[in-house]
Amino acid sequence: MEFIAEGFVKAVVLLLQGDAETWSAIVVTLRVTMLSMTASLLLGIPLGFLLGYQPFAGRRQIRMVVDTLLFLPTVFVGLLVYAFISSRGPLGEAGLLFTVPGIAVGQTILALPIVMSLAASATEETAGRLRVTLMSLGANRRQLFLTSLWETRQGIVAAGLVACGRVMTEVGISMMVGGNIKWHTRTITTAIALETNKGLFAMGIALGMVLMVIAFSVNLGAMLLKRK
Amino acid sequence: MRNALKVLTLMLAVLMFMVPCYAGDTDGTLMMATTTSTDNTGLLDYLAPYFEKDTGIDLRWTAVGTGKALRLGQNCDVDVLLVHAPPAEKQYVADGYGINRLEVMYNDFVIIGPPSDPAGVAGKSVTAAMKAIAEAQAVFASRGDDSGTNKKEITLWDNAGMGVPEKVAWYRQTGQGMLATINIAAEQSAYTMTDRGTYIKYSHNAGGNPPLNILVEGDDILKNQYSVIAVNPANCSDVNFIDAMTFAKWLTRTETQERIGAFELLGKKLFIPNAH
Repeated sequence: MEFIAEGFVKAVVLLLQGDAETWSAIVVTLRVTMLSMTASLLLGIPLGFLLGYQPFAGRRQIRMVVDTLLFLPTVFVGLLVYAFISSRGPLGEAGLLFTVPGIAVGQTILALPIVMSLAASATEETAGRLRVTLMSLGANRRQLFLTSLWETRQGIVAAGLVACGRVMTEVGISMMVGGNIKWHTRTITTAIALETNKGLFAMGIALGMVLMVIAFSVNLGAMLLKRK
Repeated sequence: MRNALKVLTLMLAVLMFMVPCYAGDTDGTLMMATTTSTDNTGLLDYLAPYFEKDTGIDLRWTAVGTGKALRLGQNCDVDVLLVHAPPAEKQYVADGYGINRLEVMYNDFVIIGPPSDPAGVAGKSVTAAMKAIAEAQAVFASRGDDSGTNKKEITLWDNAGMGVPEKVAWYRQTGQGMLATINIAAEQSAYTMTDRGTYIKYSHNAGGNPPLNILVEGDDILKNQYSVIAVNPANCSDVNFIDAMTFAKWLTRTETQERIGAFELLGKKLFIPNAH
């Protein structure tokens, strides 16, 4: 038990003293998250919006597939991505294995269905609610489209937050594709796994606390974004 | 509010550029797959700076079980291997996946367990100890992950004439690394087999007073040999073979061997060099 308290103290020390290994893991985590979130938001918001905006043939079937992908196990995604980007794989030439962009590819696959599904649900809700009102006010289709897009922003921020949480905390993809290489692909979560394996539980707790501090800053940013 | 957002964005942007991008930059770097024991004990962290100073090559490694390490080499994803499962390694070289296998160092495996020693194995031979554990149905924690250590443990069960105990309550396969497995064994007052290096590291973590003691040691069959193997360029054309050979030569040369011999924890040697 005492390692929990020890971990709390250590977290503060690591952050304030600027421990090089910890900061390297923080920077790697942020870079991977930035890359994968940028990709999954750029792809997922438009796709999710289209999926939720109005009914079309096959929409429910697509929705089923996307929602099923919400259950993707991270280790499984890690293995799939490894198969493709291994030197022997079809994309081996790109040299993505054991790199930050490689991890980001896997995490994008993880985050995309989350962004799509939640953005689609949010759009469905706002677009349905707005359609009647705006049409009766004499809005044309373009105005309806743009207003729906704008009104869905809160839902989209929420979708981004959920996806960001999954991406930043996953271990399976980072471990399998990144290889947990010190100074290069060691993220906070793979570092926690390593320290725990080494039996250094207090260090694991400390790194977990560091991750929570980052999560808090991300949420603070999202709150400021929503308030505007 | 806007200003706060700007500051936040700026902070993130600065962070992004604090560390240069390593993607795709593989010149002058040597990628190694190795076992958890060489990494967890801190040996590689101790050796890597010397290697970089002597040769200018940036050594990077991923610490996995020997089974996965061999697989990564077979798939051409790494340049060199530092592993410890001699029979599997010889087969690997014979299959053409690896080349130039050189012995580097050894330590030995020991069987550890609670001081109360419910199966009464202390001081017994390995074979007798394995039989005693099975007969007493005393809890035994196994790596169960096809690592070098796990392969050795399977040999011990085979030698005791009973094969790996499967589906019995007292045999627990953790599927995790060595230190994690020792921790699990300690929680359950179980026996387990570990390499001595990791056990010393574990004692060190436990403040020199670990809950599990060494009960069986010194048998010839318990020798744990580590070897370096270059990934065969005939199998993998893009592999960094030159640096892999430099690394193998460097690991086995006298100065490095002396450094390995000088690596100690709690005043105990973790690995004994035996390249020559």
